[in-house]
Amino acid sequence: MVDYFIQHILSFSIWVPVLAGIVVLATANDSKPNVTRWLALLGGILSFLVTIPLYTHFNFADGGFQFQEGFSWIPAFNINYHLGVDGIAIPLILLTSFTTVIVIISAWEVIEKRVAQYMASFLIMSGLMIGVFSALDAILYYVFWEAMLIPMFLIIGIWGGPNRVYATVKFFLYTLLGSLLMLVAFIYLYYQTGSFDITAYYRLPIPLNVQVLIFLAFFAAFAVKIPMWPVHTWLPDAHVEAPTGGSVVLAAIALKLGGYSFLRFAMPIAPDASHHLSGYMIALSLIAIVYIALVALVQKDMKKLIAYSSISHMGFVTLGFFIFNNLGLEGAVVQMVSHGFISAAMFLCVGVLYDRVHSRQIESYGGVANTMPVFAAFVVLFAMANSGLPGTSGFVGEFMVILGAIQVNFWYAFLASFTLIFGAAYTLWMVKRVFYGEIANEKVAALKDLNKREFLILAILALLVLALGIYPQPLTDMTNATVTQLLSHLAQSKLPASLPSGL
Amino acid sequence: MENIRYDLITALPEIVIVCMAMFILLADLFLKSSNRIAIYVLAQVTLLVAAYLTFSTHTPSVGYAFTGTFVDDAMADVLKLMIYLGTSLIFVYSRQYIQLREMYRGEFYALVLFSVVGMMIMVSGQNMLTLYVGLELLSLSLYALVALDRDNARATEAAMKYFVLGALASGMLLYGMSMIYGMTGSLNISEINNALMGGENVQSVLILGLVFIVAGLAFKLGAVPFQMWVPDVYEGSPTAITLLISSVPKLAAFAFIIRMLEQGLHTLAVDWQQMLMIMAVLSIVIGNVTAIAQTNLKRMLAYSTISHVGFVLFGLMSASINGFTSALFYIVSYVLMTLAGFGMILLLSRKGFEAEKLDDLKGLNQRSPWHAFLMLIVMFSMAGVPPTLGFYAKFTVLQAALQAGFLWLVVFAVLMAVIGAFYYLRVIKLMYFDEPVDHHPIQAPMDMRIVLGVNALALLAIGLMPQGLMELCSYAISKSLG
Repeated sequence: MVDYFIQHILSFSIWVPVLAGIVVLATANDSKPNVTRWLALLGGILSFLVTIPLYTHFNFADGGFQFQEGFSWIPAFNINYHLGVDGIAIPLILLTSFTTVIVIISAWEVIEKRVAQYMASFLIMSGLMIGVFSALDAILYYVFWEAMLIPMFLIIGIWGGPNRVYATVKFFLYTLLGSLLMLVAFIYLYYQTGSFDITAYYRLPIPLNVQVLIFLAFFAAFAVKIPMWPVHTWLPDAHVEAPTGGSVVLAAIALKLGGYSFLRFAMPIAPDASHHLSGYMIALSLIAIVYIALVALVQKDMKKLIAYSSISHMGFVTLGFFIFNNLGLEGAVVQMVSHGFISAAMFLCVGVLYDRVHSRQIESYGGVANTMPVFAAFVVLFAMANSGLPGTSGFVGEFMVILGAIQVNFWYAFLASFTLIFGAAYTLWMVKRVFYGEIANEKVAALKDLNKREFLILAILALLVLALGIYPQPLTDMTNATVTQLLSHLAQSKLPASLPSGL
Repeated sequence: MENIRYDLITALPEIVIVCMAMFILLADLFLKSSNRIAIYVLAQVTLLVAAYLTFSTHTPSVGYAFTGTFVDDAMADVLKLMIYLGTSLIFVYSRQYIQLREMYRGEFYALVLFSVVGMMIMVSGQNMLTLYVGLELLSLSLYALVALDRDNARATEAAMKYFVLGALASGMLLYGMSMIYGMTGSLNISEINNALMGGENVQSVLILGLVFIVAGLAFKLGAVPFQMWVPDVYEGSPTAITLLISSVPKLAAFAFIIRMLEQGLHTLAVDWQQMLMIMAVLSIVIGNVTAIAQTNLKRMLAYSTISHVGFVLFGLMSASINGFTSALFYIVSYVLMTLAGFGMILLLSRKGFEAEKLDDLKGLNQRSPWHAFLMLIVMFSMAGVPPTLGFYAKFTVLQAALQAGFLWLVVFAVLMAVIGAFYYLRVIKLMYFDEPVDHHPIQAPMDMRIVLGVNALALLAIGLMPQGLMELCSYAISKSLG
């Protein structure tokens, strides 16, 4: 029984939340929203518990794929239901199932219309995103990748702000465009290898010009998702309009899908093209880090500010990928996880304010610390983490990436560390304007401090941010073997000895 | 004597349906209007019997009947079964609609059954005249059906338009056929192929004939630049008839193209590939771009059909077993999607009210979350978003085109698919993000609700497990053409 469960743990991780979502939908009763809420919470917690053995049963010395399982799914095209995870995927899976619980709790009495559909969307999306992280078959991966757009599209569109339709359609079409080009690359690779098995793609020798095209097709899909400058414009729109839970999932997980996919597809399948184009990628990353940080500085909308800060932080991730060394890559993975906690916390904090005052504008606030002292303490902690203060998780990843970058080129590291200053500037300036000073208006004066539910989720996140900042070892232990193996794979050229018939 | 027996057994489903159609027409005269449900049941039973006959006499081998004018192969049987299934769904979906609009008469069922026979003959025709007769039987039944609601001015106009343009297309087709006949001396598909393989031919006459044939077929399929009739006829016809026109006849047209272009004119493949390519690209562009501007749901679906036809042509232009299989898979998927889509319009319509404006879908999620969800599946399937059937349809077609070496066309089609996604998303937006303007409860008979639910959920279920349908299509094509 236990063996069976461990052998199929990835399937359980994917399908338990999906099933929970369906149950929530099927038992929906608008007159008893509390039943729905408890049911959704139960499903979310169950889904989280199911993923825990991924950590406890993980073989830390093995950099390859573990917990593999599979069967033939569509033999006509040699498509398999093939799952497996390595040390990079597991932290992200745990992050996903954890964030879903947080989102369900955070929506408790905030979401009043169509509660069941809201909860079910998040549960189903959680399963689909775990599917993205664990699929080892390109089409299976693609199905999860695209399918998760559907619940997100509905979440932003139904429960979002006034301009939600524009934001959600833009989000959907941007992502769809990129991923369809990726699909073309998959089909091309299928005709070269005869299967959609990702590991077969790793071994396939490909001439450089084709590698570049494949890399660009993947780039179209992943750069939009991360998002990299200049295809980032959907993100601020989506974040601003999305309900709090939608923003949390977008920032904490959806962006990581892009980062993870770079490591899973673009780089190992086209390593020579990755090296070839790394200059451009680093340039785009640095632009994101510096320029987007400056953009964040002038934002008037808190959610937009955090959205831009996310883009800037994800610039560190792509920078870490494309400097091709151990510190950089590992730092990027740590940064992804850490950003998952911090951005989730920041968006939840904005949600707390928005639920009370119904404004996201910085100028609507002032002196909130006087009326909400506990809340202000949390926000200051997360703000510090967001600007990379040592002792918080935000520091570890950025520091590792900067150390990695300095080994490659001093100026990369120099420009990247600039962000630490900018990051501190835009985050702390926002905190100052919102929380300190005189009480700005009677709405602020009437504010009540955190209730138990809000305190609970923020406290959990605060603990995690501190824990990861003080003792990141469990996370780096997990990724270490995988990162080493990935780098040695990336160091080998995949160019064929003699040119085959090209495209 | 043996021969005649074989001939009759091979064509037994067609014979049964023709007889039953005439019987229904007669029986209707003697039935009280309150007992008309008997006609409906009779029509459904007819389809069931025909399906049983087709299924039980099925063999994977290819058999010829009526001195080689009629063929019974795997593709014919598979397509016929699909046609029965689709027609049966049409009967279920349309019953309430035609009851409320004075069209609930024997003629409706008889004409639909006649059109089914026409489609079956197109599917099985192995002779240019047989094919043509099948096509005309189908077309004439459809013209009459469009005009069935006599006092409806829009429908009459649509019927007129459909008839005039359809007759023109038939003429072109016939003209092209006569040139092929002149060059090869035969009307029989296999003999034409042999003659073209062997003899010396005047290429220019053949090409001219081919152009006329392709133009005629493109008209019937509704591919650009012969698409002008599609939106007008879709919009003008009573929705129950639109449901018919937009769905099953495409299966027959697919078979017609395979018989004519691949089995008969295979040696000219290089030439018709180019024509199909141009039409495919134009159809995808014009279909998708024009659909964005529509406010009428039926018109929007008409343009969406044009773009779907473009994707089918994409599969066909690969001119390989893989390509034809993918095109068949696409068209079967398309029929299932379009049945569910128009079925939903029928479900939302009621006496004196046609739910044909896009705005009529507003707030459907609040009126009926279940039906909004079904429509959501249909729309995402049409847009080609996994895990729905429509994704695999696009996937198979694109991989076939990529295998045939059309890399940049595939990239182009993919970009157009994104444009296409936009107007499907708009429908979802109306259903989910907007407040309802129409607060009437949805009235529909239970059988229709259940069947429509199964139909829409099938798009999701087959999307999760597409292997069965893929194998069926591959079986049909490889046994018939391999």
